[in-house]
Amino acid sequence: MKKLFVYLKDYKFESVMAPLFKLLEAGFELFIPLVMAAIIDKGIANQDKPFVLKMGGVLVILGVVGLVSAITAQYFAAKSAVGFSTKLRQSLFEHIQSLNFTNIDQVGPSTLITRMTSDINQIQSGVNLVLRLFLRSPIIVFGAMIMAFTIDVKSALIFVIAIPLLALVVFGIMLYTMPLYKKVQNALDKVLGISRENLTGARVIRAFHQEQREVEKFEGLNNNLSKLQTNVARISAIMNPVTYVIVNVATIALIYSGAIQVNIGTLTQGEVIALVNYMSQILVELVKLANLIITVTKSLACADRVSQVFDIPAGENYSFNDERIKSEEKYISHNDVSSLAVNKTCEKTSKGETADTSAYLTFSHVGLTYEGAGAETLSDISFSVKKGMTVGIIGGTGSGKTSLINLIPGFYQATKGQILLEGKSIYDYPCDDLRNRVGIVPQKAVLFKGTIRSNLLWGNENATDDELMRAVTTAQAKEVVEGKQGQLDAVIEQGGKNLSGGQRQRLTIARALVKRPEILILDDSASALDFATDASLKKALKQDTAGMTTFIVSQRASSISHADLILVLDDGKIVGMGNNNELLQNCEVYKEIYYSQFQEHGEEVQNNVESKAEI
Amino acid sequence: MLKAKQKSNLQTEQSANKEDKKNIDQKTKNRINQKATIKKILDYIKKYRLLVLFSLVLAALIVALTLYVPVMIGNAVDLILGKGNVDFDALFKILYKIAAAVIVTAIAQWVMNTTNNYITYHVIQDIREAAFKKIQILDLKYIDSKSYGDIVSRMIADVDTFADGLLMGFTQLFTGILTIGGTLIFMLITNVPIALVVVCITPISILVARFIATKTYSMFQEQSKTRGEETALIEEMVGNQKVVKMFAREKAVTEEFREINNRLGKCSLKAIFYSSTTNPATRFVNSLVYAGVGIFGAFLAIRGGITVGRLSCFLSYANQYTKPFNEISGVITELQNAIACAARIFELIEQEPQLPEKENAFVLSNAKGNVVLNDVSFSYTPEQKLIENFNLSVKPGQRVAIVGPTGCGKTTVINLLMRFYDVKKGGISIDGTDIRDMTRGSLRTSYGMVLQETWLRSGTILDNLRMGKPDASREEVIEAAKQSHAHSFIKRLPNGYDTVINEDGGSLSQGQKQLLCIARVMLCLPPMLILDEATSSIDTRTEIQIQKAFAKMMKGRTSFIVAHRLSTIKEADVILVMKDGNIIEQGTHEELLGMGGFYCNLYNSQFAKA
Repeated sequence: MKKLFVYLKDYKFESVMAPLFKLLEAGFELFIPLVMAAIIDKGIANQDKPFVLKMGGVLVILGVVGLVSAITAQYFAAKSAVGFSTKLRQSLFEHIQSLNFTNIDQVGPSTLITRMTSDINQIQSGVNLVLRLFLRSPIIVFGAMIMAFTIDVKSALIFVIAIPLLALVVFGIMLYTMPLYKKVQNALDKVLGISRENLTGARVIRAFHQEQREVEKFEGLNNNLSKLQTNVARISAIMNPVTYVIVNVATIALIYSGAIQVNIGTLTQGEVIALVNYMSQILVELVKLANLIITVTKSLACADRVSQVFDIPAGENYSFNDERIKSEEKYISHNDVSSLAVNKTCEKTSKGETADTSAYLTFSHVGLTYEGAGAETLSDISFSVKKGMTVGIIGGTGSGKTSLINLIPGFYQATKGQILLEGKSIYDYPCDDLRNRVGIVPQKAVLFKGTIRSNLLWGNENATDDELMRAVTTAQAKEVVEGKQGQLDAVIEQGGKNLSGGQRQRLTIARALVKRPEILILDDSASALDFATDASLKKALKQDTAGMTTFIVSQRASSISHADLILVLDDGKIVGMGNNNELLQNCEVYKEIYYSQFQEHGEEVQNNVESKAEI
Repeated sequence: MLKAKQKSNLQTEQSANKEDKKNIDQKTKNRINQKATIKKILDYIKKYRLLVLFSLVLAALIVALTLYVPVMIGNAVDLILGKGNVDFDALFKILYKIAAAVIVTAIAQWVMNTTNNYITYHVIQDIREAAFKKIQILDLKYIDSKSYGDIVSRMIADVDTFADGLLMGFTQLFTGILTIGGTLIFMLITNVPIALVVVCITPISILVARFIATKTYSMFQEQSKTRGEETALIEEMVGNQKVVKMFAREKAVTEEFREINNRLGKCSLKAIFYSSTTNPATRFVNSLVYAGVGIFGAFLAIRGGITVGRLSCFLSYANQYTKPFNEISGVITELQNAIACAARIFELIEQEPQLPEKENAFVLSNAKGNVVLNDVSFSYTPEQKLIENFNLSVKPGQRVAIVGPTGCGKTTVINLLMRFYDVKKGGISIDGTDIRDMTRGSLRTSYGMVLQETWLRSGTILDNLRMGKPDASREEVIEAAKQSHAHSFIKRLPNGYDTVINEDGGSLSQGQKQLLCIARVMLCLPPMLILDEATSSIDTRTEIQIQKAFAKMMKGRTSFIVAHRLSTIKEADVILVMKDGNIIEQGTHEELLGMGGFYCNLYNSQFAKA
């Protein structure tokens, strides 16, 4: 949690000035009982009206000075707290940007979002309050004690006993309730989770007629939350009454010891009043403090949640700095020996060693184990691709197709073997450089709030309208764009809600094409398209992406049958490699997939193809 | 502006008046709404009225005692006059009284606070529960049209703010008012002139507080607007962090964020600073009151009109009297905020629920699967017609496939079959009973539904699969998973069937999620089946195996299948080809191919060489 204080560094001046001015204000406030004591002991006792007026004037001046310093303090406190949270938010956002895919899988976006928003807001008000009031209260408390010493040392000893007692109660309760507040927060998270689930899954829940069960589940969680809340509240509620008792018992003691001293003549009546006033000032501050402590406790819990995010190491191996590259190099040279052997033994179907020299992208003995997973998701993947080739990747659900293509832009790091781009390990390329070469169309079609244009420009910020339209045309999204009011400037709502799944998919393809990447990856990105559109897309892509090395992941044999190289994956391993005809002859798995799609109509397909060929 | 110039001054004035009236109307409307909301809040509190009463009694006791303690202290001070002039006997009596009063106050305070907490947390528990229950019976139209984030924030953040307001209202508003009243009475009894001084100066602090509040209102609005902007950006970018990384947009996005974040920093500073001047300002007014009481009281004491002890008691009153004023102005803004939040929750709770089920509605069980759509018309919005005069009769055990281009209404048909939406015209019946005459639960559980948009909940794989049949044994679940070919990948997960997945399925692929959804349905063995692009992300080899399993399971059961993949639907008994909400072709695969129409074109395009 201490790490978060770093963000206060730039506001050192403000963070010091705020309590300093608070100190001034509190100091002036502490003079008030003294002035009042003077009024009573000198003004009233001596019947001195001008003196009373003069002292009254002093009270007003003290008030004005107090006001000015208080406002100054508020300004510095606000500036420091807001500046702090602004920096913290910025830096947390940047940190999240630097997380790798593994981290994102583990943490999940929804908690990241709450931590970025509500948690930081809570911390901000915490910092603000601490600067403004958390320091003011001790100053008043200790100031009152010091003032008591100036009046009478014996009476002041009562303060010396009472104050540590008060501190014990206040901080004891605070420390005790802090973990409880965290529990409350977690219980609230659960209630939030189930509420969200029941909205996103309304259809499924209703389809299974599970409404009643969900309500019961919610009641359980909600009840638990309520119990925890009342439990914490019950303990926090002890603070006020106990401090009230301590302060008033101390007051009684003050009056009693005061009475004895007045009786012997070592103290005056006015001084006793001043002492009692100081004690009641402490009480007023404590009441404020008690209310604040709840806020501060909450924000400490939030600060803890935020620093948990910071504790995730910026996993992107080479994202914003290139330092890691060197350590990567070691790793690769270590593997060099084995990689030489690879090229000879693998690749039964591809052309062999000669192809390797002109190889554009090479995987050799690549393995991938996700963090926390029990087994390798990909194992011993070796293949080599020449520039401009179209590579089809096919395989069963969960066979590792997406994992494989996610390795190319370095989203996940291979845990075994190496991946070479133009003869150099991909981990030797600066991250941005590598990713700029790769254009990817993910399975899930995500668009962002803005316009069609602003979304397409993600691919390349400097693209002209012509280039955009060209990409749109290739992606078969021309009718989507033309059907919208404002064409390229048509508004897209958050998440692309105002478009259908197929429309979104085509626009995400266009977005990747705008980039004109060297390597284009289509990860099952035509699943929501009907066959007619899919077929025209295939044709257009073929024409428009000449020179691009294209990877097409698909379930449909028809989508990849034209590829120069088809990789057949099964259970994380390559079980076949070659073109359509080769695989139909020597790869059982491919044959099965192929004929499963054209089952029984195999002949018909054959005829179809032949007749087309004749034309 | 130009228009205004063209018009005569008089007219401009009139229109300005109108504008004013509008504003006033709006204001009174708001006030009425606020009243209605308060009434609803009171309805929720009603259940706890005895506790509320108890809490109020305690509050009165506490206020009386806390006001009485300074009086006693004042009396005690009056007994300490000077050297050799202290009445110890009387002093002890008073000190004991003070001690007793303090202890009673402390206990009462704790009991009151605990009671208030109890009431508040139970009220919000009730409200959340009501909201959640409402979600279960809301028209899907409402859920579909609202953003989930908005509804969730009503249930969570708004309820929390409401709770804070309610709690503050309970603990501070009531005691505050009582304290003001009590102090006023005590002061008037003790000394009228000094009391008048206090009464005259105090309102200044309220005026100051109000002045600052109105000045800062627009700053706060600006702040929450900017904050909303920033949250939207965070949700979008962090929510889709992977896409951001795919396009190496981290830096661009960070810049975009920086711009908004800095803007937020600036307007937050303004709002927070200006609003934080309230406290010092009111404190200043308080010190004026204090000085006033001091001077005026001293003059009176010189004339012998008041004892020193009384004066000290007055001074502490001056503090106590002004404090609630500051608090109350804070509490009132907090309460207004709370009421606004409550109004947002009530808006959700009071949403029109779906049509209630008929009394003794028919409970469909073991449906044969004779589904008839008779002259059905439906549209989501009246302006945009979708399905018009749709007719279809499905014999028990038939397999119906629905094909057509995106947006032709395929999914809508499913929404109607499951009665997620009600038809606008015509009717749908199963085995001769209109679906509106049967319970929704029995209708829906008669179908096994798998949608393209996979939805899994956070929990273990086992929990997810048991969704439709909570009491299924582990063996049954595994058997269903085996049939749907999900077993082999589940087995390989770190903890097998007990692997915990999060809301969006985490690192599971789309296809794996679909397999889980299919296994979920397999476990229930419903008499009818709806598959909406259920296998779109599953490879064809597995798909065929699944279909075989389905075919075995569905033997003699009616099923509806929506798909793009024509190979999936070729074997259907009836293929409906839809376009723009209408069935344009209907028949078996061979018949349709023979017709050489739309279907034939679609089918051939599958094999067109690129």
